[in-house]
Amino acid sequence: MAKIKSLADLQKMKADVQNKVDLREKGDAVDKLVQVKVSMATCGIASGAKQIMEFFMDELDKRNIGAVVTQTGCMGYCYAEPTIEVTLPGQEPVVYGYVDQSKADDIIEKYIKNGELVDGIIPQNYETIDDKK
Amino acid sequence: MKDISLHILDIAQNSISAKASVIAINITDSINQNIYSVEIIDNGKGIPSEMMPTITDPWTTSRITRKVGLGIPLFKQNAELTGGHFSIESEVGIGTQLKATFIKDNIDCLPQGDIQGVLLMLVFSNTEIDFSYTFTTDKGEYTFDTNEIKQVLEGVSILQPEIKKYLKEMLAENIKELY
Ligand SMILES: Nc1ncnc2c1ncn2[C@@H]1O[C@H](COP(=O)(O)OP(=O)(O)OP(=O)(O)O)[C@@H](O)[C@H]1O
Ligand SMILES: [Mg+2]
Repeated sequence: MAKIKSLADLQKMKADVQNKVDLREKGDAVDKLVQVKVSMATCGIASGAKQIMEFFMDELDKRNIGAVVTQTGCMGYCYAEPTIEVTLPGQEPVVYGYVDQSKADDIIEKYIKNGELVDGIIPQNYETIDDKK
Repeated sequence: MKDISLHILDIAQNSISAKASVIAINITDSINQNIYSVEIIDNGKGIPSEMMPTITDPWTTSRITRKVGLGIPLFKQNAELTGGHFSIESEVGIGTQLKATFIKDNIDCLPQGDIQGVLLMLVFSNTEIDFSYTFTTDKGEYTFDTNEIKQVLEGVSILQPEIKKYLKEMLAENIKELY
């Protein structure tokens, strides 16, 4: 039987990863990362926010985009869940509503990669969603 | 909510909103005892005692964006529908402890859903929080503790794709051993 993965093996693996990371991280200062916040209150979760969050986490990695994906409480747009807030480096946050997988894909390809706006923006009064609740 | 994992995600968001730095989630899945129970313990800011008597009532919320809070009432309702229990205790400045027990063979018992996916999502989207997950079944027990993991990693980010993949497999394999 194959041996089960444990913390001891994680330790061995760490050194390898460490070397790769040093290379990769040169271009990855935190203020250069894209930030994606997914609204994860009851209303968001009930409308599929978990899948959207997973999609962003997996796809941004796969497409090699330096990004931080986090979850946040309610943004107050229950009617438009799932909602997400995207902040490109050095820019104001933009909130998108009714984000399904195909919209999420558009947001990555058009907005995050090229800065083109995508439909479905919810106008915001420039406070970030963490300040609300 | 269509499964228990989504309730966990929802209740954990309450702990995150309450600025918890440590969140423990203990899951017991026992065929012998016929229960599936979820306990969520945080060290967040706690719930004011005047809110506690009505905390499981949908009109109780501190949110300002909507007048009802649904997370706790829905979790309680779904546990009790199976003939199970629900309890919540909280102390301001100390934290909150909540437990829902589902009766497994009841027709209203929700499926567990993508528990592993949800638990990892919490870890990867809240890297500053320490999560400790304990799984107990009739066959044994396993604990996945991000504080221990971070010590092993010695500063290498838990978000490195190779590490994420490893942790996902580690969690899956160890849980599989319990069944
Ligand atoms: N772990 C916790 N720590 C501190 N306060 C909490 C915690 N869990 C819940 N509360 C308080 O109880 C209230 C009700 O929680 P509940 O999850 O039922 O609804 P909500 O979070 O307000 O809204 P919803 O879950 O519908 O998005 C919250 O607004 C918050 O004030
Ligand atoms: Mg809630």
